[in-house]
Amino acid sequence: MKLTIPEEELMYEGTVDCQGCGAGLAMRYALKALGKRTFVVIPACCWSIIAGPFPYSSLQVPLYHTAFETAAVVSSGIKAALEIKGIDATVMAWAGDGGTFDIGIQSLSGAAERNEDIIYVCYDNEAYMNTGIQRSSATPYKAWTTTTPRKYPKARPKKNIDEIMVAHEIPYVATASVAYPEDFIRKLQKAKNIKGTKFIHVLAPCPTGWRSLPEHTIKLARLAVQTCIFPIYEVEDGKYKINIKPKNPKPVEEYLKLQGRFRHLTEEDIKEIQEATNRKWKKLLKKEEFF
Amino acid sequence: MVKKVIYGNHAVSYGARDSRVEVIAAYPITPQTQVVELLSEFCASGELKAKFIKVESEHSAMAACVGASAAGARAFTATSSQGLALMHEMLHWASNARHPIVMANINRAMGPPWSIWTDQNDSIAQRDTGWLQFYCSTNQEVYDTTIQAFKICENDKVLLPGMLILDAFVLSHTSEVVDMPPQEEIDEFLPPYEAKYKLDLDDPRAFGGLMFPDWYYELKYKQHRSMEKALKIIEDVGREFGERFGRYYGLVEEYRTDDAEIVLVVSSTVAQTSKEAVDLLRKEGMRIGLVRIRTFRPFPKEKIRKIASKVDMMIVIDRNISFGSEGVFYTETKAALYNEKSRPPVYGVIIGLGGRDVRVEDIMNIAKKGKNNKLEINKINWWGVKL
Repeated sequence: MKLTIPEEELMYEGTVDCQGCGAGLAMRYALKALGKRTFVVIPACCWSIIAGPFPYSSLQVPLYHTAFETAAVVSSGIKAALEIKGIDATVMAWAGDGGTFDIGIQSLSGAAERNEDIIYVCYDNEAYMNTGIQRSSATPYKAWTTTTPRKYPKARPKKNIDEIMVAHEIPYVATASVAYPEDFIRKLQKAKNIKGTKFIHVLAPCPTGWRSLPEHTIKLARLAVQTCIFPIYEVEDGKYKINIKPKNPKPVEEYLKLQGRFRHLTEEDIKEIQEATNRKWKKLLKKEEFF
Repeated sequence: MVKKVIYGNHAVSYGARDSRVEVIAAYPITPQTQVVELLSEFCASGELKAKFIKVESEHSAMAACVGASAAGARAFTATSSQGLALMHEMLHWASNARHPIVMANINRAMGPPWSIWTDQNDSIAQRDTGWLQFYCSTNQEVYDTTIQAFKICENDKVLLPGMLILDAFVLSHTSEVVDMPPQEEIDEFLPPYEAKYKLDLDDPRAFGGLMFPDWYYELKYKQHRSMEKALKIIEDVGREFGERFGRYYGLVEEYRTDDAEIVLVVSSTVAQTSKEAVDLLRKEGMRIGLVRIRTFRPFPKEKIRKIASKVDMMIVIDRNISFGSEGVFYTETKAALYNEKSRPPVYGVIIGLGGRDVRVEDIMNIAKKGKNNKLEINKINWWGVKL
């Protein structure tokens, strides 16, 4: 049997992530894809905990914990040091949505504009989960969080970080989902062989914050793609390619109804989300057509 | 040996070049820009083999240095005022992570209102971040301290970042003769940085992860001990530098203190002005000297005590203010003396905030007022303030 996922494990067993944590899975795949010659930089996020407290590390590669807003730039600094010392290795910044969409966007934008030779992975669980489920600019429209109570759920759509990164004209931007590990791994391996800034945005369901069942993590990660809520595509040197194109997209309700964070949605809300999703999907199809 | 007439800012650039820094990350701010402009040219011409990351903010400048240092490179940056304030979080990070990064800070007053002129409130506000602080008073000292700072900070017993500080314009944009030893002699004094602890593919470890209260406290103790050990290392390195290049440095510089009754406690370029004042006052018969605090962190308490034990009066002149308290060198000087059996009265004077000119006559008049018991004790003496 031909294995499509590398067998080598660079993450130890028994990490302290929650049951059904998408972010834990994502790292496991990422290190399988990138291999041993990888430096990992983690800003404040769930992974600051998952990586293990002193004196432990759940990773078998060098790991630098850093301040919330600095993943991209600390990675740039590490890469500069490696280059001056003639060490050939991959530097991967590994940040949550808060550290990417919000507080880290300045240093990410700076690194991307300079086209630093790093891979930046945002594992997106759509809120500040480590601090206890507060809204971020990655939180979807109408979602509940502890700072967007059901009576006043998130009033604005999720920030489109992927298009922001595409606008930087970096060589590679891609989205991925833990439900499609082969696609995610292929993208990381592709990124490893591209010089310049690579941005990969992976949807990582969070049972704790999404108020979903741990056993639904993969199902949700897949439904997000099949409903076109989280399209899987890549933009290589400005050229769009949608990697997973659902023939008959499922209704968004199938995705929403499995999550307690959307429990309060009215039929009208769902209709609105469906329409917004359709619009966004259509726009992406056009982009693929034209660019 | 090369002698050049250069700006204070360029003395920093040459010092960084001759220290063979490997990674530079910087963001422009007046009056620091000349430092990084010249370094950019050194990098572009290949005169300096370093990676220069032109970051989008000072916060990122320090973060890039942190990353570079974590991977074992000799890292350098320069900033001023608002830029230093923006770095604040990463200053803690650099020190707590024990990265021997060296930075030049050009003392510039904090806004608002906007000011580009000198005072020490920017660097004084970073006092407790765990950085060594060297306040320089000549361009030669700026050049020499840049090189020494790497040797001090990279010492196994220290492993802390260091900041060398110079006054905006009064030093940064003033030309003086700077003597630069041949590169091979500097290389002998300052060999390449071999990081004892770094991110390493062959020995993968995690740095900076969560630490529970059962360990954190001990790390802080060790950080402080390293600061204390730095007191000796600074003197050793200053002495070795002197033996090699003829210019000796230490924690403090004493000037005509031998038989002094009154001693001024000063720093930075105010010290140079004060030396003139001391010379003139000596001619008038006043037994006066000065002590220039070169190293503010770690604070040279023993030196201060020793000097204080011989004199009748100390006057601390601060170009900074801790609002609600007093000048910070004043506080620190008094604190060093508090438990001494006998100690002289210590007066505190604030002067020259926001780059207000500090003249020789100002210092002379402060000293005379002190001698005539006209300075107020336990109160700030605001020199030259228009009320």
